[in-house]
Amino acid sequence: MNNTSVMEGSEAVAVAVKACRPHVISAYPISPQTHIVESLARMVAGGELDSQYVRVESEFSAASVISGASAAGSRSYTASSSQGLLLMTEVFYASAGMRLPFVITGVNRQISAPISIQVDHQDTMSLRDSGVIQFYVESSQEAYDTHMAAFKIAEDPGILLPVMVCMDGWILTHSYERITLLEQDEVDGFLPPFQPVNSLDVNDPKSWGSYAEEDMLMEFKYAVHQAMQSGKKRMKEIFTELAQITGRDHGGLIEAYRTEDAEFILVAMGSVTGTVKEAVDELRSEGKALGLIKLRCYRPFPHEDILNAIKGARAVGVMEANFSMGSEGAVSMDLKAKLCGQKDAPLVVSFIAGLGGREININTVRNIVEELEGVAGSDVPQLEPRWVGLNTDILPKGVE
Amino acid sequence: MSTQNLSNDQELFVSGHRACHGCGMSLAVRHILKATGKDVIVVTPTGCLETFTSPYGYSPWRVPWIHHLFENGPAIATGVVAALKAQKRESERVVAIGGDGSTFDIGFGSLSGMLERGDDVLYICVDNGAYMNTGGQRSSASPIYSSTTTDPAGKRSLGKLQKKKDLPTIIAAHGVPYVATASVAYLKDLQKKVKKAMGYHGARYIQIDSTCPSVWGFPSDQTLEVARRGVQSGMVPLFEMEDGEVTKVRKIKKKIPVEEYLKTQKRFKHIFSDADGREEIQTIQALADSNIERYGLLKKTAPQDAEVQD
Amino acid sequence: MEITIGAVVQGGTSLGYKTGTWRDERPILDMEQCKACGVCVSVCPDSAVHVKGETYIIDYDYCKGCGLCGYECPADAISMVKEEK
Repeated sequence: MNNTSVMEGSEAVAVAVKACRPHVISAYPISPQTHIVESLARMVAGGELDSQYVRVESEFSAASVISGASAAGSRSYTASSSQGLLLMTEVFYASAGMRLPFVITGVNRQISAPISIQVDHQDTMSLRDSGVIQFYVESSQEAYDTHMAAFKIAEDPGILLPVMVCMDGWILTHSYERITLLEQDEVDGFLPPFQPVNSLDVNDPKSWGSYAEEDMLMEFKYAVHQAMQSGKKRMKEIFTELAQITGRDHGGLIEAYRTEDAEFILVAMGSVTGTVKEAVDELRSEGKALGLIKLRCYRPFPHEDILNAIKGARAVGVMEANFSMGSEGAVSMDLKAKLCGQKDAPLVVSFIAGLGGREININTVRNIVEELEGVAGSDVPQLEPRWVGLNTDILPKGVE
Repeated sequence: MSTQNLSNDQELFVSGHRACHGCGMSLAVRHILKATGKDVIVVTPTGCLETFTSPYGYSPWRVPWIHHLFENGPAIATGVVAALKAQKRESERVVAIGGDGSTFDIGFGSLSGMLERGDDVLYICVDNGAYMNTGGQRSSASPIYSSTTTDPAGKRSLGKLQKKKDLPTIIAAHGVPYVATASVAYLKDLQKKVKKAMGYHGARYIQIDSTCPSVWGFPSDQTLEVARRGVQSGMVPLFEMEDGEVTKVRKIKKKIPVEEYLKTQKRFKHIFSDADGREEIQTIQALADSNIERYGLLKKTAPQDAEVQD
Repeated sequence: MEITIGAVVQGGTSLGYKTGTWRDERPILDMEQCKACGVCVSVCPDSAVHVKGETYIIDYDYCKGCGLCGYECPADAISMVKEEK
């Protein structure tokens, strides 16, 4: 196993999806996702990939087609970004509730308005309550690997939920990286054909999409939550199993990077974690006890692992490429909620950084750490998020 | 019909569903499934049909059935077709059955996509001309001058001012091989059309005029009577189109004036009580007459499709 | 009732829900007048009229009493009678 080649991130995803042998792929263009479905289209056209490839008329139908295919017992896949993901939202809720497994690549991009094609996590994170499992990746290699795991996790009989692999638009999808590929027999060994628990089948007619009254609706929702919660263990097992095959361990639901004995810890997700790791190394060499938690899995929220990793830290800075209007960054909300009432809980500060593709470099991270150190001594809760690099000079009059 | 043993054992759509008394839609579905047989997977977008057949634990469907959302019935059907193809399950076919809300309005984009791609789905719209599941709001299938809860008749309103969307023509323009209209009044004809449609591959469409006692406002025993008058007045033309051409029509045996249809239903009551109502009735009569003219419903030639009392 | 994963249920289970309780009027079939044409079987939206050998049976467990069978019967063999509650 040492099949390595340099390829675009989108191509790496397409190659991974192909190796997973999906029955059905639906496709609708949107930047910066489009290269993925274009790659898959070329594979189908060239006879390398034996999938039903459906060119739909909207993202709503893209998500619906793979939901229908999943109900009929087929492994299925699509990819989207930004507005497309929001258009799919209603489908995600329904398919999660109906326990229809499929895999979707969520190529991250800002949401209108103003319209922008630049990267941030606002699109996928807006889907957090839908019942879709979400992974975020640092590199195209991790994207390649995570897609293999994603199908296995989605189709696990104890989980049966849609899985979204979120990767940063442009930064990952359009950059070239050296990717080490698995052999097809290795993938086949790891990921056997989809064995649905229920399937639309004339020999055993079942009905899907029931109406539930108030005496059971709550129980159905609880069952979805439990599939995620109890599925955490299974997800880690699957990542471990894959790491044994690939020889690459990206971590479980989080990757704790130099967090042992760390006084200050940053939490981040996506491609920026590469930059943060470099900053951590630099600051460590300067004597600062800094660590990083790379959040690989956002839903289910791996609070057990995070709480464990931040034990003993004085302050946690959450770097968020998302914002919940009228409140703060979504990850810090989760984290603060889980820390509330914990003994010796560290201070948590929400740093809004990287919205709409705003650059985050090592100096940005240094500034964040400095700010974090500045407030760490205070026992006043940090109620307001900090907007990193906000240019107040260009704000209109009256906006403070 | 000859005497034969029939019971729920032979039905693919069994008793115990929660449709209103005298529901035309449930009757249509019973006969659709008699025509398709058991080797079909049925997709139903949200609507009356979905609601009255989906209470958890009580499904009347003896064929595999899936409801997902309101606006994506055609795309779900496409997904099922793709899965069947991928799995080489050639003996199973896909039928989507939706109401006019999902078909004419909210799911129209999804439907157009499915038709344009030519996916192997028989899409059946059981059309009762409004959003009945939510109490009878206006849809683009509601007939002109019908009073609906979101476009009600009143001192300054005659109800809906627009004509019913001509969906069969729009669908035929997609270049699909088979488009037909049917009515719950003529159940054998309905079954025949469903069977014929199943003989084609690709995207096909049947629109069934389905009377609704609860919202149209007529006694529940007159479901077929009202539907018959719709056909006999020319309000509901029954025809078949193959490859874009009208190839067959069901002749009107004895033409009745549209009043005879309109007066059976509360939703048109206001055009009879209004002093100026004659004008509206004339407008509707002109629409019926233009249907009769357009489809040749009254030609003197012998009916191609003999009138059969079902 | 134990719930299923994804609310997927077995088909044909609505037979467990008896819609006969909805009925205000009961169709009474007079076999003397019946011409065994089968219209009542065909037009029932609730699949509640059955043929058993030579006899037609209205299944009062499910018949909602809509009266459609009576209205359509060409032999006037079905009459609707108020349900005693």
